[in-house]
Amino acid sequence: MIKFLFKGLIRDRSRSLLPLIVVALGVMITVFLQAYMNGIMGDSIESSANFSTGQVKVMTRAYNENRSQLPNDLAIVDVEELTNSLRKDYQNMTFTEQIRFAGLLDVPDSNGETRAQGNVLGIAVDMLKSDDNIKRMDLQKNLVQGTFPKKSGDLLITDQLFRKLNLKLGDVVTLISSSMYGEMAMYNFHVTGTLNFGFTSLDRGTMIADLNDIRTALNMENASGEILGYINGENYNDDNAKAVAAGFNKQYAANTDKYSPLMLTLSEIDGMGFLVGYAENMIFLIVGIFIIAMAIILWNAGLIGALRRYGEFGLRLAIGESKREIYTTLIGEAFLIGVVGSFIGSIFGLLISWYMQVVGLNVGEMMKDSTMMLPTIMRAHINATTYYIGFLPGIFSTVLGAMLAGIGIYKRQTANLFKELEA
Amino acid sequence: MKTIKLSLFLLLLTLTANTQNYPSGKLILDKVDDNMSSKNRVSTMQMIIEGGRTTRTIAMKSWSVGDTKSFSEYLAPAREKGTKMLKLDNKLWIYSPSTDRTVQISGHMLRQSVMGSDVSYEDMMNDTPLLEQYKAEVTAEETIDGRKCYVLTLTAILPEVNYYQQKLWVDQERFVPLKIDMFAKSGKLLKRSRLTDFKKIQNRWYPMLILYKDMLKSGGGTKIVFDEIQFDVSISESIFNKSNLR
Repeated sequence: MIKFLFKGLIRDRSRSLLPLIVVALGVMITVFLQAYMNGIMGDSIESSANFSTGQVKVMTRAYNENRSQLPNDLAIVDVEELTNSLRKDYQNMTFTEQIRFAGLLDVPDSNGETRAQGNVLGIAVDMLKSDDNIKRMDLQKNLVQGTFPKKSGDLLITDQLFRKLNLKLGDVVTLISSSMYGEMAMYNFHVTGTLNFGFTSLDRGTMIADLNDIRTALNMENASGEILGYINGENYNDDNAKAVAAGFNKQYAANTDKYSPLMLTLSEIDGMGFLVGYAENMIFLIVGIFIIAMAIILWNAGLIGALRRYGEFGLRLAIGESKREIYTTLIGEAFLIGVVGSFIGSIFGLLISWYMQVVGLNVGEMMKDSTMMLPTIMRAHINATTYYIGFLPGIFSTVLGAMLAGIGIYKRQTANLFKELEA
Repeated sequence: MKTIKLSLFLLLLTLTANTQNYPSGKLILDKVDDNMSSKNRVSTMQMIIEGGRTTRTIAMKSWSVGDTKSFSEYLAPAREKGTKMLKLDNKLWIYSPSTDRTVQISGHMLRQSVMGSDVSYEDMMNDTPLLEQYKAEVTAEETIDGRKCYVLTLTAILPEVNYYQQKLWVDQERFVPLKIDMFAKSGKLLKRSRLTDFKKIQNRWYPMLILYKDMLKSGGGTKIVFDEIQFDVSISESIFNKSNLR
């Protein structure tokens, strides 16, 4: 039967060519959009995870309640003990301590008086013991000039701030901030390198320093605002992260101390849940839209085809073929067109997606005023879903289109068939 | 109806009689300023800061002339030792020995707390007599710690004061405040202080212990304990020099 239908489609190309082109094009766009959106969303989520939120983040409950204010007075104390226990309990994960803080960067003149000042948001991670955090935060590609911190007191600031403060590499700057106990904290750094993130919000005034320097500066010995956790070798997976967080938080469920630790997933932090939910659900939105759009086109194509084959259907009905059999063969033909069209569309969609995955689209110029944490090079990302996603709208829309168009078959009156044929 | 009228008359009579018995707010405030303000002052004190998690003690020595000049040096703990603050009129500089930097504090930073305490730089800088900043009205009489007090409501007459309104419980005998509530213009209670352990020093009553509580902060407040205080002594002008910070 399949062979028979297939032969019919090949021999009568007017029956199959237009639907095939429509399906292939629609599938190609669906596949590409899935990979592209997957890439953009995935990159944004990974950027946030690697740069500030972690896949999971451990804070004290009190810190979490005021986390937008970076309340280091509510930081985790005896943090080394907690980090070691996390490393022991979750051996497939990497944990790193981080302090985020706000302050003023003060530049002295030759008399030690203030020459220039700029507001800064700071990030402190271990940068001297290993370059793991430099790699994780992907800072190598952001380095504009100079070097990463090599010794205590070395500092990275954004290139924009560096130019605003009219600095030279090696210049001394003083961080003025609040210590963990609320007192004014001052600490001298040497600027050893500058960074450009491509995100306006970060480039305005960010400093990155070694964790121990900031601990000394902010009187935070063996304390950290946050512990970031990453599942080894895995991009962010909300279900896996939530499972880890639920397991950890269960240990402290009975503890009512506001300084007891709390683990949150990336999707629970700073509105990232919307992005994660959007990334997970957008593919259904795309597929849904394409199924409806293509079904309407193919319905029309089916109607045109049915009109052209009006005589053929009439003859088949007249010689005794049942309406149901004709309707079934019509749907069978549509199914075959759907499969072949989806296959062709998927191949082209994957090729374009692969190109966009490797080369990407540089939107740095367009994003220069953006305050969102989005990558400047937009890349597609092919995953397992990309290989089969096109078949859903491809097959479903052709079958749906044929089913709608074929309804006319049931309206034919057997008594009039020969009159129609004579005409 | 007659009863209501009679009650209202009696109430009015009582209120009038009470108000008439109070000395004027200006007079009380004048006497308070006599105790609390001075031409100059040298003091050694400890600031015991009861934070949410820890208690820290900071020792400091301070020299001040009226409300225009003040110089403080932190003596302990080791991390803060050598930190110096200089106030000249409405300018404030802080010297940090660990960075060897002198930084001027201005604008909103003056509202930040001193060493994480409940006292802000603005609070610390303000030594202007109350009478120059507020108009006072006696509103009631209350007893605090067994001592009879006038309750004064102070409303700012200068736009740049730290607190728009203050409520003072002033000891009727010694004319020193035992309790002060400080309010924002909205009426929100911002800070509360309790003054105790009064000692007669050079013909004035002065609290040797002040408990200062920032009502917007967690923690148990900040105790300021005066170990030693001298009024109207000779202070060298060179102390209030920026070069003295380093």
